[in-house]
Amino acid sequence: MIYFDRVSKVYAGDTVALQDVSFSVEAGEFISIVGHSGAGKTTLVKMLLAQEKPTSGAVFFESINIHEVPPKRINDLRRKIGTVFQDFRLLPGRTAYENIAFAMEAAGRSEEDIYSDVPHVLELVDLGNKMSNFPDELSGGEQQRVAIARAIVNQPDVVIADEPTGNLDPVNTFEVVQILKKINDLGTTIVLTTHNKGVIDSLKKRVITMDRGKVIRDDREGKYIL
Amino acid sequence: MDIVTTKRILRAGFLDFWRNGFVSLAAILMMIFTLFTIGMAMFTGVILQTTLQEFRDKADMNVYFTTDAAEERIVEVQASLKALPEVAEVSYISREEALAAFRERHKNNQLILQALEELGDNPLGAVLKVRAKDISQYDSIASFLNGQGALGGGQTSVIDKINYYDAAHRAAIDRLGAVTDSARWIGLVIILIFVAATIAISLNTMRLAIYSSRDEISVMRLVGAGQAYIRAPFMVEGVLVGLSASLVTLLLFYPLTWWLGSATQNFFGGINVFYYYLSNFLLFFGVLVGSGVLLGAVASYLAVRRYLTI
Repeated sequence: MIYFDRVSKVYAGDTVALQDVSFSVEAGEFISIVGHSGAGKTTLVKMLLAQEKPTSGAVFFESINIHEVPPKRINDLRRKIGTVFQDFRLLPGRTAYENIAFAMEAAGRSEEDIYSDVPHVLELVDLGNKMSNFPDELSGGEQQRVAIARAIVNQPDVVIADEPTGNLDPVNTFEVVQILKKINDLGTTIVLTTHNKGVIDSLKKRVITMDRGKVIRDDREGKYIL
Repeated sequence: MDIVTTKRILRAGFLDFWRNGFVSLAAILMMIFTLFTIGMAMFTGVILQTTLQEFRDKADMNVYFTTDAAEERIVEVQASLKALPEVAEVSYISREEALAAFRERHKNNQLILQALEELGDNPLGAVLKVRAKDISQYDSIASFLNGQGALGGGQTSVIDKINYYDAAHRAAIDRLGAVTDSARWIGLVIILIFVAATIAISLNTMRLAIYSSRDEISVMRLVGAGQAYIRAPFMVEGVLVGLSASLVTLLLFYPLTWWLGSATQNFFGGINVFYYYLSNFLLFFGVLVGSGVLLGAVASYLAVRRYLTI
């Protein structure tokens, strides 16, 4: 489903962010990418979202070379990928309901779909009673759950979670990971980047370990080893 | 673009406009400033224009007839003047009309009125007011009249006096014309600079307003919204800013021109900006609303564009 083919990324000033990275992700997998800060995790995520271009190599999503998609068509690609970020990235001027509705509107879904799906997905992340709250009226954990709800509402093929628990306390971290597992159980591929050892060790899923831009380990049922 | 999308864009635009109340207000205030300058430019242009016209129109020729001139002779002269290609207009003021105008002009001066009473008889002759098509043509009209008086042969001339703008007067008018002309140019340039400056400030205010939304724009891109779908609500917001600002400006001009109306009429002569505003309201409406809406939409378009690259 996702295939990194000998991807390298060199930023100006000869900073090597990725070096000859190759791996593939099958549909339905839950894969974690771990590594210290600066190991290249975020660069990988940005490549998947077509925010960055590789210096060499190619990234494929369902046989489409992501970086050959013309800018006008990138939004079609992004609708197939749900994203969750460390800093939540909700629209501050819109309520929880409207934030999720926006993703559906952007995908061109009908009013009826929005009307029925948004409450449903908010229920799924246990926020049915906070629909009309603005982000600054929600706790960090709640905001992240809204962000997850937004990421999955269009039923994407894959959800990318870039350090989703980085700003959360252990209880909220646990909840977010449980939600991601639930989504994965429903058939969605998950790509998770984190440096939270506890999360990785409790997941018992595939782990790719990165260091200084290189993949140094790729284990089924891996642990956080660095 | 279908109806549902249009509805969503309009709703998002209205919501953002309303929820970012303070930012919208700042943008509206700046826009009012711009539109006000544009409106003032329009007024200044028309005032200078009419003032110059006023000077040119004041250049006419008065042909005074003797008090005993027969009306038929005067009408004859009027007809012959009208036949001249240089003459634009000839109006006849009878002795009675001339007297009434004289009384009206001096209604506050008892001394003159008393003197008039004592005379008993109407001392004023009839007058022909002649307007030439161009001020340079009065000389030839005057010489035509002088020639006709001589042609009267044995008859004594009925023309008492011809008062007109001769070469010296004309030079003065031409100089005044030159002054007002250059005043108009300088005014136009100054106003254009003002308009350009305020447009730049307005554009910047809109850009700042949208700068505060740049993170939002990138989030919208990342959840898969298309460029046009992100841009359109911002343009709706810009149009709303322009619309509100232009309506406020149109309202502001009402008391302002009313207040300035009589003052400008006395000072510049001829034009009362209040009546000019009322009678040309549609023009002002079109120009101000049009430029407000256009400015708002273009400013938003340009400002959003730079954050859409993600």
